[in-house]
Amino acid sequence: MTETFYDVMRRQGITRRSFLKFCSLTAASLGLAPAFAPKIAHAMETKPRIPVLWLHGLECTCCSESFIRSGHPLAKDVILSMLSLDYDDTIMAAAGHNAEAIVTEIVEKYKGNYILAVEGNPPLAEDGMYCIIGGKPFVEQLKYAAESCKAIISWGSCASWGCVQAAKPNPTRATPVHKVPGLANKPIIKVPGCPPIAEVMTAVVAYLLTFEKLPTLDRQGRPQMFYSQRIHDKCYRRPHFDAGQFVEHWDDEAARQGHCLYKMGCKGPTTYNACSTVRWNEGVSFPIQSGHGCIGCSEDGFWDKGSFYERLTDINQFGIEANADAVGGTAAALVGAGIAAHAGLTALNRAKQPGAEKQ
Amino acid sequence: MTELTSAASTAPIYVYEKPVRLWHSLNALLIVVLSVTGYLIADPLASLKGEASEHFLMGYIRFVHFSAGYLIAIALLFRLYWAYAGNEHARQIFLPPLLKAHFWQGVFHEVLWYLFLVKEPRKYIGHNPLAILAMHFVFVWGVLFMIVTGFALYGEGAGQGSWQHTLFSSWVLPLFGSSQSLHSWHHLFMWLIICFVLVHIYVALREDKLSRQSMLSTIVTGWRTFKDVRPVDDESGA
Ligand code: HEM
Ligand code: HEM
Ligand code: SF4
Ligand code: SF4
Repeated sequence: MTETFYDVMRRQGITRRSFLKFCSLTAASLGLAPAFAPKIAHAMETKPRIPVLWLHGLECTCCSESFIRSGHPLAKDVILSMLSLDYDDTIMAAAGHNAEAIVTEIVEKYKGNYILAVEGNPPLAEDGMYCIIGGKPFVEQLKYAAESCKAIISWGSCASWGCVQAAKPNPTRATPVHKVPGLANKPIIKVPGCPPIAEVMTAVVAYLLTFEKLPTLDRQGRPQMFYSQRIHDKCYRRPHFDAGQFVEHWDDEAARQGHCLYKMGCKGPTTYNACSTVRWNEGVSFPIQSGHGCIGCSEDGFWDKGSFYERLTDINQFGIEANADAVGGTAAALVGAGIAAHAGLTALNRAKQPGAEKQ
Repeated sequence: MTELTSAASTAPIYVYEKPVRLWHSLNALLIVVLSVTGYLIADPLASLKGEASEHFLMGYIRFVHFSAGYLIAIALLFRLYWAYAGNEHARQIFLPPLLKAHFWQGVFHEVLWYLFLVKEPRKYIGHNPLAILAMHFVFVWGVLFMIVTGFALYGEGAGQGSWQHTLFSSWVLPLFGSSQSLHSWHHLFMWLIICFVLVHIYVALREDKLSRQSMLSTIVTGWRTFKDVRPVDDESGA
């Protein structure tokens, strides 16, 4: 219990030199000044490590897949050894009843002291029967584990917003973590994305563990350091947007030249994420760099907004799915027709009452 | 206004002061500019060839939209001040007398008039009650919605810490759920305002011919003239 992060890392065979390198890297990825690296090192040398309980509800495991591909191999090793990850049904060794017992053990042993990381979300319909873990609805496991945790991390768009399983008509009533009724009132950090970027995930965990406090969150509960700007704000194709140079077809000259994908439905202008700066797969590329628009995977309800390939997206508040120009244009056309008809009737009416004008 | 009401006359009355008339034309111009540039932001013109550094078309269109956005907001603030400083007619579209039965009778009569069910409209020094209703609920609130959502969109680009973000985006974005929905609603309300303008211009032209008072000349010169000598039907005090 008094083991520190540093002890754990040394036990894992990580040299002090590598350890210090990791501290500088983490400081950099968190956007902190180099002076913070020794602080991180000091914290890790002195603080007891915090266990992380990683639960899985309705999900596709893309968050875990992303996480274990964290860019810098050192960062990945260190983070994985920092997390106790005693329970993560994708990568843990235990199985069956033994595995389920671990949840209870951590909750009992580290009451009020562990981080609860949630991948996926609970379906609430039919008393949660659409997602059963160890014979019980996932929503119960989630509530139980949330009761005594220190803070919750909502991994990915599933836990943060609901994602595809919560898309209309959401037959299982899949519900994002912060909207689960009766969930203990704990601080929730949303790390949306489908999946979130690996470096963003490791940085969030590193921040929590070393500073023992939440990173600054925005109004929607996302860490400000990674979600305060839109893809569009830092997109390298932005000069083409400002110039008015757009790809109009997937195989046109503009597509080959790497012009802006706005007309192909790119959701970069409305999507808060770090893809255009951090990028993916060790900074190799990101969707727009590969020639495809952003689909807005880290935004609330991105499945329900119509085509990924249309700039104008659907508004479905009226029971019909149509974009603003379809709804508004039709309304304006009807008003125009109404005016024409009214003007016609007015003229007819006046023709019938020649006296009206003389009053 | 009771003397006026009883002093039924054909004498012209000065109704819309210069600031109101100026605001009306500036506002009309800005609405057209904002609608055209807004439409082109959502659905840009044909792509340009050549180097990106040779063009700034989208940048200019957005610049015009944002500048016009600032102007319409400042103009509305000024108009609100004039509602306080100006004459009683300057307040009409901001403070509809919704609690007065006479006002609603006026609305009802005006509706009947547009349905060809009465032979004659009532006679007004200021706006007619139906016009007040539409100007207040569709135009004033509609344009306010455009300004609030517009500045919230602007704050997204200006970034966290900018006053636009602090005053608008910070609460408007969570309200709409996502930036994309905010764009869609900002876009949809443009059509609402366009519908208002279509009807507004039609009825202004129509009432200029058919009502018992002047219309077009009034919004240009400020003077209302009357076509008959019978008493007016305005709310007292308006
Ligand atoms: C974008 C276009 C326009 C908008 C948004 C608009 C809006 C308005 C508003 C809000 C008022 C009330 C003024 C006040 O009390 O402060 C008004 C009055 C008026 N407008 Fe417009 N207007 C537009 C274009 C026009 C045009 C093109 C005409 C001429 C055909 C026109 C004719 C009038 C007239 C005659 C009045 C006075 C109505 C009365 O005395 O009851 N407007 N308009
Ligand atoms: C009656 C007034 C206005 C009309 C008709 C109007 C219309 C529009 C339209 C149609 C769009 C495109 C929305 C889309 O993405 O589908 C737009 C975008 C925008 N408007 Fe307005 N707007 C108005 C007022 C304002 C105001 C007052 C501001 C504040 C400065 C503003 C700022 C913006 C911004 C920042 C965008 C987003 C530009 C982008 O995504 O590149 N608008 N507007
Ligand atoms: S490709 Fe997308 S994110 Fe990049 S500038 Fe164009 S619209 Fe913006
Ligand atoms: S570019 Fe857009 S769609 Fe692609 S991963 Fe980033 S946020 Fe998701």
